[in-house]
Amino acid sequence: MQLIRAFVVGGALCVIGQLLLDYTGLTPARILTGFVVAGVALSALGLYGPLADFAGAGATVPLLGFGHLLAQGAVEAVEEKGLLGALTGGFTAAAGGVTASLVCGFLAALFSRSRDQS
Amino acid sequence: MKTTKEEYAVLCKQALPHSPVAKDCAWAFCVGGAICALGQILLDAYGALGFEKADAGTLTSATLVALSAVATALGWYQKLASKAGAGTLVPITGFANAVVSPAIEFKREGLITGTGAKMFTIAGPVIVYGMLASTVWGVARHFLWG
Repeated sequence: MQLIRAFVVGGALCVIGQLLLDYTGLTPARILTGFVVAGVALSALGLYGPLADFAGAGATVPLLGFGHLLAQGAVEAVEEKGLLGALTGGFTAAAGGVTASLVCGFLAALFSRSRDQS
Repeated sequence: MKTTKEEYAVLCKQALPHSPVAKDCAWAFCVGGAICALGQILLDAYGALGFEKADAGTLTSATLVALSAVATALGWYQKLASKAGAGTLVPITGFANAVVSPAIEFKREGLITGTGAKMFTIAGPVIVYGMLASTVWGVARHFLWG
């Protein structure tokens, strides 16, 4: 069932991140950046597409899926517009998620006070 | 499939081993898996409303980002993250948290140089290297398969 596959695959990708946190001491910023770049690489190698077909949101919600989205966007744009597509495809595909984050960040800052992080 | 929050917490507790790394991983698996399952429910719901696959995916991301922003503003996301570790970091909600959290925290330094700039502390590198990788792949694709 799709929901269970999403849960298990998504959970497993998070466990990989947790192992990196626990064993390598990489900072969260490095892990997020690494996951996105790894997602682009796995997508380019043709490995992430099948995983996304199998696991649905379990593969697209983790940041690896964000990398996959960028890579797919670049490929589609290159096929449509040639070399120019390499510059526009990634950001176009990512636009929704990135813009939503920025708008939400601004609104959250506007409507809430800074609190201490403890 | 129907489990209440309390039952889920009990199940998680039973499944939790005692070694710290195994415990961290169990938390990351349960919470990360749950966020992805929520994403799947949203994806199916948007699909059922008649959105195309790509649009349903974008709407799912945007919805998860908005939920994460609300949870971050209320301080809930940080509490969950202290237990769930990578389970809350790796999904797109973690990216949203990394944008929203400094946006709120640095509001005191102003909306431009505080909120506007600090939002990109973590999102910036993610976007820079993500775009770099996708551009390299796009160029390679153009010349190798063009």
